[in-house]
Amino acid sequence: MDPLLVVDDLHVEFRTDDGVVRAVNGLSYMVDRRETVAILGESGSGKSVSAQAIMGLIASPPGFITKGSVRFEGRELLTMAEDERRKVRGADIAMVFQDALSALNPVFSVGWQISEMFRKHRGASKKEAKKSAVELMELVEIPDATNRYRSFPHEFSGGMRQRVMIAMALALDPDVLIADEPTTALDVTVQAQVMQLLENVQAEFGMGLVLITHDLGVVAEQADRVVVMYAGRAMEKGTIDEIFDQPHHPYTEGLMNSIPRLDDLNERLNPIRGNPPDLLRIPSGCAFRPRCPYQQPDCAEVEPTLEFVGDSGRSTACHHWRDAFGE
Amino acid sequence: MATYIIRRLLQMIPVFIFATMLIFAMVFSLPGDPIRALAGERAQSESVRQALIEEYNLDDPLPVQYGKYAAGLLRGDFGANFRGRPVSDIIKQRLPITARLAAVAFVFEVFLGVLAGILAGVRQRGFFDSLVLVSTLTVISIPIFVLGFLAQVTFGLKLGWFPVAGIKQGWISYLLPGMVLGSVSLAYVARLTRSSLIDNLGADYVRTATAKGLTRGRVVGVHAMRNSLIPVVTYLGIDLGALLGGAIVTETVFNIPGLGGAVFDGVVRQEGTTVVGITTFIILVYMFTTLLVDILYAVLDPRIRYD
Repeated sequence: MDPLLVVDDLHVEFRTDDGVVRAVNGLSYMVDRRETVAILGESGSGKSVSAQAIMGLIASPPGFITKGSVRFEGRELLTMAEDERRKVRGADIAMVFQDALSALNPVFSVGWQISEMFRKHRGASKKEAKKSAVELMELVEIPDATNRYRSFPHEFSGGMRQRVMIAMALALDPDVLIADEPTTALDVTVQAQVMQLLENVQAEFGMGLVLITHDLGVVAEQADRVVVMYAGRAMEKGTIDEIFDQPHHPYTEGLMNSIPRLDDLNERLNPIRGNPPDLLRIPSGCAFRPRCPYQQPDCAEVEPTLEFVGDSGRSTACHHWRDAFGE
Repeated sequence: MATYIIRRLLQMIPVFIFATMLIFAMVFSLPGDPIRALAGERAQSESVRQALIEEYNLDDPLPVQYGKYAAGLLRGDFGANFRGRPVSDIIKQRLPITARLAAVAFVFEVFLGVLAGILAGVRQRGFFDSLVLVSTLTVISIPIFVLGFLAQVTFGLKLGWFPVAGIKQGWISYLLPGMVLGSVSLAYVARLTRSSLIDNLGADYVRTATAKGLTRGRVVGVHAMRNSLIPVVTYLGIDLGALLGGAIVTETVFNIPGLGGAVFDGVVRQEGTTVVGITTFIILVYMFTTLLVDILYAVLDPRIRYD
């Protein structure tokens, strides 16, 4: 059987007046049912762009998918006719966006926006659609769903709005759910509730979850596997335990070291020095080289590819991982 | 909402007082002798002249004149022009003509303007977009009397599709002047719709609508357009007020006896009562249309609440 979702050597670039912004440069990963894959990276690492490429949301021009493949249950999405692709969106692969306030339409009631999924994809009558939408709102634990159906996005709190987004994404029981920074715009306490909700619905619906985040805490709690992205590339891939316990890439190590520790109050914050690269001018060779404490002369010449570490399936894109982290 | 509307209606009272006063003072300060001008080249007997000055209170100082006028207004008397014709009669006779002209212009600019704006906006920098941008800029740049003459010569005389001037042929007489009158607003409506749509097409919620698997038509036509129309409706509301206030140039070019022409005649003859009466009426129309727009605003955008 084909894997649920396979992203293979994806390249996305934006042709702007200032030059070509290479946002995603050869990203590969796969997700299966009931599995959570976290795409971890700083802003500008290409994680959101890669998700939008999967959904077919990249406006072209200026965005172009120059290379690679995205297969859903074995069907290639990137070359699919737009009309067919549209039917995949929302029904098979759904997406939850970061800022629900701007991602929901301000002039329609939340109930209308959720029930639209049933009306337009399933041809449901207004009444049926409303009934299903209220059920969904109850499922995502929006209190007083029947009355809140008529409310507008601005009348909800941030957490409730994100629940509306999740309800909308779940409407057609998708196989893959892509959550793009679903909790970034929320308070910490609400973040935990929304993540818990995502975990619950995943258990109930059994979909594959792609969790895009820069939040290591979110990753630690939820993910089965992690893809660490930097400058549009995967730097390291592995299970959650492998990545957290023993990073095998200097960037991952830097991320782990930058987590503030509560048990040592005297310790200073330990950020990765330098800044992420300008995607118009990605350094030659390894993109992380200018910030890397382990850099060697050959890092500037040859771009490292992912190579396996051990036989568990984890991999790292570093020439010198053996010297830096041992076997 | 009800209290809001009542408050807005009450606000009309001071605006009404101040506006009438201002216009009255402006007409008063015009140079020249309106009574002498009535006779033109002919001689005017001193007794007739005195009688007219007396009748129209022209010897009184400005505050007294205004006071007498305002007292009349309170009794529902808009006054009369120098020929003794009540101003309310003039409005009654001219308003339907102006309303017909305004209706043609308004329908024309709403439908074609919004349509052109959408077609231009969905394909930014496309052929149609460039066509709309250039043609609207042209229309905006050409003075309306030039447009009027061009339309008369082309569609009235050469092609013979429409009457050249006058209103003798019923509704069809209003088509050409209505389109000329609406053309500049049409250009603004098209540009406003276009830029508003382009803004909204880049919004996050449009991306969400696409991600929901909706058709492009629905994403643009329902999700983006509903938001894009909010500024367009504002403009249209204000423009409707302007159209109902009469169009001096277009009415003159096409020889249409509407409100604009009446105001113009009043100014030329320095008939304070006519000018103030009609402009006050126009101000009231303006205030009602802006109130209507504000109410419509709350209907279109649920984030706006008047409580």
